[in-house]
Amino acid sequence: MTTTAIPAESQRATPPAPKRRPKREREGAAWVFLSPWVLGAVVLTLLPMAVSLYLSFTDYNLFDPPRWVGLRNYTQMFTEDPRYWRSVVTTLTYVVIAVPLQLALALVVALALKSMKHGKAFYRSAFYAPSLLGASMSIALVWRAVFNDGGTVDNLLGTGGWVNKPGWALLAVALLTVWQFGAPMVIFLAGLQQIPAELYEAAAVDGAGKWRQFLSVTVPMLSPVLFFNLVLQTIQAFQVFTPAFAISAGKGGPADSTLVYTMYLYDRGFVASHMGYASAMAWVLLLVIGIVTVVLFRTSRSWVFYASEGDR
Amino acid sequence: MTATAVTRKPVRWGRIALHLGCLAALLVMLYPLAWLLATSLKPADEVIASLDLLPRHLEWSNYETAFEGVNDVSIWRLLSNSLIIAGGAVIGNVISCSLAAYAFARLRFRFRGPLFAFMIATIMLPHHAVLIPQYIIFNQLGLVNTYWPLILPKFLATEAFFVFLIVQFMRGLPRELEEAARIDGCGPFRSFFQIVLPLTRPALITTAIFTFIWTWNDFFTQLIYLFDPDKFTLTLALRSFVDASSTSAFGPMFAMSVIALLPIVLFFLAFQRFLVEGMASSGLKG
Repeated sequence: MTTTAIPAESQRATPPAPKRRPKREREGAAWVFLSPWVLGAVVLTLLPMAVSLYLSFTDYNLFDPPRWVGLRNYTQMFTEDPRYWRSVVTTLTYVVIAVPLQLALALVVALALKSMKHGKAFYRSAFYAPSLLGASMSIALVWRAVFNDGGTVDNLLGTGGWVNKPGWALLAVALLTVWQFGAPMVIFLAGLQQIPAELYEAAAVDGAGKWRQFLSVTVPMLSPVLFFNLVLQTIQAFQVFTPAFAISAGKGGPADSTLVYTMYLYDRGFVASHMGYASAMAWVLLLVIGIVTVVLFRTSRSWVFYASEGDR
Repeated sequence: MTATAVTRKPVRWGRIALHLGCLAALLVMLYPLAWLLATSLKPADEVIASLDLLPRHLEWSNYETAFEGVNDVSIWRLLSNSLIIAGGAVIGNVISCSLAAYAFARLRFRFRGPLFAFMIATIMLPHHAVLIPQYIIFNQLGLVNTYWPLILPKFLATEAFFVFLIVQFMRGLPRELEEAARIDGCGPFRSFFQIVLPLTRPALITTAIFTFIWTWNDFFTQLIYLFDPDKFTLTLALRSFVDASSTSAFGPMFAMSVIALLPIVLFFLAFQRFLVEGMASSGLKG
């Protein structure tokens, strides 16, 4: 690709204040660069969102044309489908267990590594590894075996197989997520390293102990990163699928206790061929994630501290 | 001198305790991986009977069985299916995301602000909101049960996370280089290919590695779009073991799990720096 049009002003020998280029040419170039993204955004994001909204008001099985049913999918979901509510409660429980535990562990380990002189790079990589491996079916299968009847956890704690106990199977799924605390940890660590050492020195001079320094320097300075991790991990947790699928052998059991939202959506749409119902579920998920994100952003104003806004 | 010795000692103990704590945590965390490796080498009777982590004798035949494949599809076939999809996704993401990122990071155009905000918002968009219509589109095009639904979207920069990652990186590059080139008559295309792109290499490598690993691990999309055992990836083939959970297949199942995990482990060992730093830089400066 070569640019053919060389504008006249570029031939000037001394351009003291480079005059503005003909705007249109740059603009055209921008759209060329942007074209794959625009195509993807329209054909694979915006259009599907509109279609999915439309389908959510229809009965559609992929073979016959969609049949308009108004709000029936939604009313059925909210009033007549106990499994739907089951999946909602299961997902919320999972989010509430997994996300705080994962972030707390990530923060504790990041704090531990921060002060390290030797071995920091090694630990950082080692703790990060599960974040990549854990998303795989391989590890999900290991998890099922380790938490199964006669598995390692049973032998250590004598709990019997968690995988077969309605109250415990979800905890096993959550622990797989917690195990992958490496990604938020790395982000925490990067955030911790950007806190200027002078702040700690100043706090120490003012007589602040370690705990006080943590509360008055580390927490506020780290709050944007904490917020970022919280939003990202929460959104991801709402969409958990693979570990729940593997641990319950694709069925969401025992007694629907690991039937997370996306698994029920998959079941309705791709197993039972109720695409309209699944679309309605997808839109509720979209709205809930949107609302949760907005709420997090709203509350963040009271606890997230941006250094550039404050008086430094 | 004694004073320094006295004050220094507790610090040192603290440090040792810190390392011991980290090592202990690491051992617990690595246990599932050790378990996976050990079980893949255990004979069938030992899997349930023995509680030891290490197998009493190594059962290599698990790997032989795994290499025969699943559903009469050889493991080489599964492996190459996985590679085609992951490789196609890498090429697609690197090209399309870097193009879009350059426009957002360096070029002026109308609606840049709103479009950038929209791009960021799609990072948070749950995949499920677009999943069913996307499936219908690919179904109408007769592309379900082919690799296109898994590869084509990557050529259209649908993974906004990487666009954002590359934008962040490009913004950190000195503008003077491009401005000097522009004065010399270098248009945006040459400027992109000859100046910006070579300098963006670290971000592109990060994008490539993450795309590979995430696509390789991906289960949900493959589950939906592929149903011909011939077209299965390694990840999907493992799913066959999910349904038939008989203990006799434990050894081969975990041998296959090891094989499916191997590329990720190798990628991780080779590129851990890029991966860890890519993750670290993605969240900051936002």
